[in-house]
Amino acid sequence: MTKTQNMEALGADFAGIDVPNIVTVSIRINGKVVTRAVPSRMLLVHFIREEAGLTGTHVGCDSSSCGVCTVLLDGSTPVKSCTMFAVMAHGRDVKTVESLAVGGTLHPVQQAFWDQHGLQCGYCTPGMMMTALALLERNPNPSEHDIREGLSGNLCRCTGYNNIVKAVQQAAGAMSASSAADPSAADD
Amino acid sequence: MTEIKTEQPEKMAMGRSMKRKEDPRFLQGKGNYIDDINLKNQLYMALVHSPYPHANIKDIDSSAAMEVPGAVAVVTAKELDAHGVGWLPTFHGLDKQMVLANGKVLYQYQEVAACYAETREAAYDMAELVAVDYEPLEVVNDPYKAMTDEVLLRPDREAKTNHIYNWNVGDESGTDAALAASDHVIRQHITFPRVHAAPLEPCGCVAEFDAMGRLQFYVTSQAPHVYRTALFMVLGIPEDKIRVISPDLGGGFGNKVPIYPGYVCAIAGALVLQRPVKWIETRTENMTSSFARDYHMDIEIGASTDGTLTALKVNTVADHGAFDAAADPTKYPAGMFGVVTGSYQFPHAFANLDAYFTNKQPGGVAYRCSFRVTEASYLIERAMDILADDLKMDPTELRRKNFIRKDQFPYQTPLNFVYDSGDYEHTMDVALEKIGYTELLKEQAEKRARGELMGIGFSTFTEVTGAGPSKHFDILGIKMFDGAEIRIHPSGSGIIRTGTKSQGQGHETTWAQIVAEELGLDPQNFIVEEGDTDTAPYGLGTYASRSTPVAGGALALAARKIREKARKIAAHLLEVGEHDLEWKDYKFEVMGVPGQSVTMKEVAFAAYTNPGDNEPGLETTLYYDPPNMVFPHGTYVAVVDVDRETGETKVRRFLAVDDAGTIINPMIVEGQIHGGLTEGFAIAFMQEIAYDEAGNNLATNFTDYLVPTSLESPHWETAATCTPSPHHPIGAKSVGESPNVGSPAAFVNAVIDALSPLGVRHIDMPLSREKVWAAIRNAEQTHPAAD
Repeated sequence: MTKTQNMEALGADFAGIDVPNIVTVSIRINGKVVTRAVPSRMLLVHFIREEAGLTGTHVGCDSSSCGVCTVLLDGSTPVKSCTMFAVMAHGRDVKTVESLAVGGTLHPVQQAFWDQHGLQCGYCTPGMMMTALALLERNPNPSEHDIREGLSGNLCRCTGYNNIVKAVQQAAGAMSASSAADPSAADD
Repeated sequence: MTEIKTEQPEKMAMGRSMKRKEDPRFLQGKGNYIDDINLKNQLYMALVHSPYPHANIKDIDSSAAMEVPGAVAVVTAKELDAHGVGWLPTFHGLDKQMVLANGKVLYQYQEVAACYAETREAAYDMAELVAVDYEPLEVVNDPYKAMTDEVLLRPDREAKTNHIYNWNVGDESGTDAALAASDHVIRQHITFPRVHAAPLEPCGCVAEFDAMGRLQFYVTSQAPHVYRTALFMVLGIPEDKIRVISPDLGGGFGNKVPIYPGYVCAIAGALVLQRPVKWIETRTENMTSSFARDYHMDIEIGASTDGTLTALKVNTVADHGAFDAAADPTKYPAGMFGVVTGSYQFPHAFANLDAYFTNKQPGGVAYRCSFRVTEASYLIERAMDILADDLKMDPTELRRKNFIRKDQFPYQTPLNFVYDSGDYEHTMDVALEKIGYTELLKEQAEKRARGELMGIGFSTFTEVTGAGPSKHFDILGIKMFDGAEIRIHPSGSGIIRTGTKSQGQGHETTWAQIVAEELGLDPQNFIVEEGDTDTAPYGLGTYASRSTPVAGGALALAARKIREKARKIAAHLLEVGEHDLEWKDYKFEVMGVPGQSVTMKEVAFAAYTNPGDNEPGLETTLYYDPPNMVFPHGTYVAVVDVDRETGETKVRRFLAVDDAGTIINPMIVEGQIHGGLTEGFAIAFMQEIAYDEAGNNLATNFTDYLVPTSLESPHWETAATCTPSPHHPIGAKSVGESPNVGSPAAFVNAVIDALSPLGVRHIDMPLSREKVWAAIRNAEQTHPAAD
């Protein structure tokens, strides 16, 4: 199986492009390198869920609309992991929701979502929190409008967003307080 | 939510905004949703869907699909028929539904074949390559066209007509006479469009026959026990050989009540191929497998010149799609549409409904509502505004004049419901005060003088929830009730199990609070388990806001049963007769001797170490069949600004004042109100499953079917009043659906109020910018003087 047999069967034109069917992909996920031989068309979200076994990242819409698959790429760039092939993340760094709590202590974003009742069914929550984290990296002191705009790529059907906005406001306060207390963290 | 604290007595565990016990696992990505479950040696299933809304199937050729590396099998209706599982009953048992298209397809995206493969990708490849030869047929996607029966959609049925059923209730001749004698009558056609619940987690399942030949069925189900019994009915597998496990659900909203063809195909595949089979819906499959609403309603309301209501008459045409799969109990084929008289006193009323087949997806799920009550509430609340406008009355004054008064409960409506309790006027007064109605009216008058479009919209709805009393309610003939099991361990902690199933409503916290309150124990020390038919007591599941009214009642009564057993052990410990004890301040106390008491924790230990002559242990199971439904109500107010040039509506404020009876956890209640309002907002302004004339479904993903984001969703203001239900063990009603039931009318009434100076009387939802813009332009051309 060296060619995209199925694509050819569908009549797709890959003239001049040699796409191997199986590729070896190495991705650093939450600090640990995961190397697997996978189909070249495997989406990043399926690599994370099925190859790395981290099921906190979800699939909701298949069209990059809902954001429940959001992870952070190379630091704090939020990406919808259903929009990328796993091979596109080869050699790069991915952070998922599983990286947030350390030693059983919730991250300030997690704590804020809990305190403010920013979740109900919990399905959008991991992606929502990863987007919130990226937003707070860019803008540590966001206004309500900044938050609503920053989260607008992540859908939620249960909470009505009020409490999610409040949670991000609480997290912003907690994180700026902790970085003020620890100058080295602010420089990081 | 300050009102809750003032109107509800202080409790130990109930009435407190306790943080949710279930949240830490969700926050850490440790939820266990359906696609997180993988069984050893599992196959993956994908479905083939029809591109045509109505077509004969001349041939299905799966040879190319079987060439895909990893292909295992393709199944069509022929194979299912050979096993006797080609058709499944719909939930109210009035129709049956094809599992895979049998001879012809009846709606676009109908399931035609199932493909089984070693991997997810291979299964989808196979589905692409199954060659189906279709012969397209004439499409009927308008229920008014279906009435003529020129194209018969369902030749499999004995009745050779597209008409499904007629349902009516009330006094038709009395209503007609009263309308004829009324000073004033309004008539309006109002459509509640076809919408979809769209939980973010699609539906799915994993089916396995274990070493003992027992079906282990993991599935996204709001009603696991009903699934078990239904699977026995469909598949003929003895019920003890079926275990249904519903894991964490990523939302449901009614979408996870039906049994979908994919489930039957996964089970059939697991049985025949002797390997576990997983099937997870794509978003498009989720969007095209069911729907809610699609009611086309004509309403007439009579009134005297002073605004006193005289009569109400409703004629409805319901578009049920290809199969009559509406989630309605047998005795209520149109669900609780009979609540269409709302919060008002109508001396005469009559409601009539005819349902028809069309070439659309089947369903009619109870989308965040109790079986058609959303349609009814929207209709009456919209119509009351039209009447107020015609009579030149303030909409709140028309409502106040006609409210059922608090001293009239229990109130028998002309359409056969008995409302338990309510204080509509008080709730509306709280809303008017909190929103600052007087100032808003002043501001509106000033804006109107300047030609600006500002609207204030009200909805003073009454819900009907708590399905339900077994005398009225069933699914597939199974009576509605709920079971609760409580086990108190020696150390005073415990486990609670119910037949309901949380989809995000916070049952793990709420149920613990109810039991803790009744027993004087710590809610943190209770585990709550739902969703496994091997361990949970039988129950009809979670939908139609029935969990707190039914399972919540069962839990409170089960806890009281435990308390009565505990009383005997307490009497033994205190060496007094059990009638000398009273349950006071959350402990057993010898009457008149305040120092002589034992706590439930002490009794729990004794139940296993020193029970005396009493039966050891402290456990019970109880089933609760409620005597009546419960009737939460509320007043919602929307304030909108409409841009005259673009038609864009901005919801400036929205206040929801809910009366859900006793509140168990105000934080959870408020969260549910926020979520329901957002879905109501979506219905009013964005969401619609639209079809083109050829029958193409135009809403198959989140780029076409619009779900509000944080950016367009309004900020929600909430408050509560408390009129406990007199017949419920803890006085609780319910709240999860109220905001979705009550809010669409408030939004639409606000927009129509804004446009009323132009002479606009009604626009059907969704009130998109384009539609509002067209209404403004049309009004300006029709009545240039209004400019």
